Amino acid sequence: MSHRTFLMPDVGEGLTEAEIVTWKVSVGDTVTLNQPLVDIETAKATVELPSPFVGVVSELHGQVGDVIEVGKPLIEIEVRDDSSSGATPAPVKPTARTAVFVGYGTSEENEVATRRHRRAPSTSTAFGPVVPTPSVASVVTAAHVRSTPPVRLYAKQHGLDISLVPGTGRDGLVTRDDVDRALSGTQRRTPSAPSNAPTRFVGHDLEPWDSGPKEERIPVRGVLRSMAEAMVQSAFSAPHAAVWVRVDATPTMDLVKSLKARPSLANIRLSPLVIVALALCDAARTYPGINSSFDAANNDVIIRRSVALGIAADTPRGLLAPNIKNADQLDLVDMALALDQLVTKARAGTTTPAEMLGTTLSITNVGPMGVDGAVPILPPGTSAILVVGQIAKAPWVRDNEVVVRDVVEIGLSFDHRHIDGALASGVLSHVGRFLSDPAPALLAR
Amino acid sequence: MNESELVQLVSPEGERVRHPDYESSLGVDEIFGFYRDMTIIRRICNEATSLQRQGELALWAPVQGQEAAQIGCGRAMTEKDFGFPTYREHGIAWCRGVPPLNMLRLFRGVSQGGWDPQHYRFSTPTIVLGDQTLTAVGYAMGIQKDGTDEASVAFFGDGASSQGDVSEAFVWAASFDAPVVFFLQNNQWAISEPSTLQTKIPLYRRAEGFGFPGIRVDGNDVLAVYEVTKRALENAHEGGGPTLVEAFTYRMSPHTTSDDPTRYRTDAEVEVWKHRDPIERTKALLVREYKYKNSHFEEVREEAEAIALKLRDDLLSLPDPDPTFIFDNAYAAPHPLIDDGRRDMIELGVSSVTS
Repeated sequence: MSHRTFLMPDVGEGLTEAEIVTWKVSVGDTVTLNQPLVDIETAKATVELPSPFVGVVSELHGQVGDVIEVGKPLIEIEVRDDSSSGATPAPVKPTARTAVFVGYGTSEENEVATRRHRRAPSTSTAFGPVVPTPSVASVVTAAHVRSTPPVRLYAKQHGLDISLVPGTGRDGLVTRDDVDRALSGTQRRTPSAPSNAPTRFVGHDLEPWDSGPKEERIPVRGVLRSMAEAMVQSAFSAPHAAVWVRVDATPTMDLVKSLKARPSLANIRLSPLVIVALALCDAARTYPGINSSFDAANNDVIIRRSVALGIAADTPRGLLAPNIKNADQLDLVDMALALDQLVTKARAGTTTPAEMLGTTLSITNVGPMGVDGAVPILPPGTSAILVVGQIAKAPWVRDNEVVVRDVVEIGLSFDHRHIDGALASGVLSHVGRFLSDPAPALLAR
Repeated sequence: MNESELVQLVSPEGERVRHPDYESSLGVDEIFGFYRDMTIIRRICNEATSLQRQGELALWAPVQGQEAAQIGCGRAMTEKDFGFPTYREHGIAWCRGVPPLNMLRLFRGVSQGGWDPQHYRFSTPTIVLGDQTLTAVGYAMGIQKDGTDEASVAFFGDGASSQGDVSEAFVWAASFDAPVVFFLQNNQWAISEPSTLQTKIPLYRRAEGFGFPGIRVDGNDVLAVYEVTKRALENAHEGGGPTLVEAFTYRMSPHTTSDDPTRYRTDAEVEVWKHRDPIERTKALLVREYKYKNSHFEEVREEAEAIALKLRDDLLSLPDPDPTFIFDNAYAAPHPLIDDGRRDMIELGVSSVTS
């Protein structure tokens, strides 16, 4: 065996560095020629790097989020020597070329020149020793777990050590279903418990308080940069104001529950959010002024009679807000399907730029995070965003009696340049009435 | 697009389509040959993309999706014709007999061209958009002065069609009835600019305004491209003057390896064009009409694989030239500024040549 190093290439004519987005292989994996190794993001594009070698991965230089300079080591691969040559060759540089035109430093060639944005975890869950689980026959060391890159990624994104997942596929292959099964067994999903680990931070996994560095810098790039720019642009151009109201959402919960029980709707992911989305679209139809934007450059307010409904989604990469085009035309089933697809794509990272453009109204659902309300900042170019808090049992006064109901707090942030409190209150009340009595509103459509 | 404007002889499903003015003159061996050409050129292209991602090429311009346009045209060109390509004409280069390794030399930065244009009657790539259309017209006017029955072919894209050079080339070709075929591959995207923004009318109709015929052909239908180009060339050979052939196609890959098309076009659009894949269409025709079996296609795949692997080996063993080579062929005669440049580079110490 001999050792080969794949250096970070310049994939875009004069780039100096690239960020690791996704590793598609792990230490111990056998790789073939041109097999995808890693996705990297440069200033120009996110691209996939194929393996220049055939062999076994022995080391990954850097983790997701690390920035590696062009010309510095990215991955080490043990290559089987030609059977004809018995000699043990010295470590070979992969391209055997020195870049003479470009002034990459040569003094630290053998050093991994990553700008570490965080220290490598001392106990890596992905590659560390595995505690045997007696009941699981197919548990092997992580390096030899048979799975596919998307499933490895999927497990990693959900904070699951894939080596602990029993594989049911061919030859013990760990499938996505296996990961899902493992997740449903290990994760408690209650509305008030955040599904994210407490150390999750804008698409990064922070080190624990005690073992992390005293001070740490996280580069503002990618999704984080988009979020920061959007918030600044919006917060310092549109004067924000907000209204909120508490609603008895028991009828909405009952409706969702009864729909879920129908066999014909068994494959559709129904949640209260679907009803909220329908309610907001219905409010826009009734109050067209809310579906508007303030065009300061032309001194106009633009009213749009079509809703592109933005949904703030917490994804492994950070906050994304793709939208559902023509949402005002959708019925309950189509809205459920569209929401499901939107969230699935956002989580998988396949949301296209076109799907994030042109939002007219938005919803941010803070309920799963276990809070009652928030004052959200408007996505730039929009005039209203509806916030939905957690739906929880609470005392409610009905017919002068205190009863236990499913209560939710909803709120509306709006651009006060052209939307006044009366309009915002009208819209929010409309949404509230819809949620507290959804059946007639749905029938009327 | 109005579908009736477009010459098509085979549908995306591999069924024959009747056209009032064109019919295919090709037999099964030729069609299978075109399938082989397209498969090999796509494989070469994929290998080159991988090599770029591995740091072995500075850049690559993929041709994926445009194979039928290039193979159909390249096979319609005769030995006596002369082509003037852009940086994306790898399929044409293949048809002209340019060895694949030579297609990659420019992109590895070890050559300023890669082949002898006279030997293959195919110019080295022009990087500046649209320039080569003027060269092609000039060459065609030279053919007229020679009094031979050759033709020249100018290759360019929908983006270059907005360049002033291309309009000038149209004017000169029309005024002199020059024996030139303008072969425009409309791949829908000028990097991130859609062709719908570049032109208010279908591009082939521009020719009418300049005074020569234009025709649009389904650029993903290799049989149609072949017949339409062949007739345009014959017309030029016979003194009939220029023709604009617009091959309506799609760039399925990025503009170059430096480009990220997901920033400007949707997955849905790419999906639509995947159904019109030129190689799958030809394969479907061979299966449907000639009962070709998987073994036929597997043979081609293996051949393409072998060519790609040999290309990789050959490329990686290319010696690096001395950096001063870039000054060698700038001018035919000695030139003081070029000499200065060479001397500066030697003094920088990056060359093994000593002054």
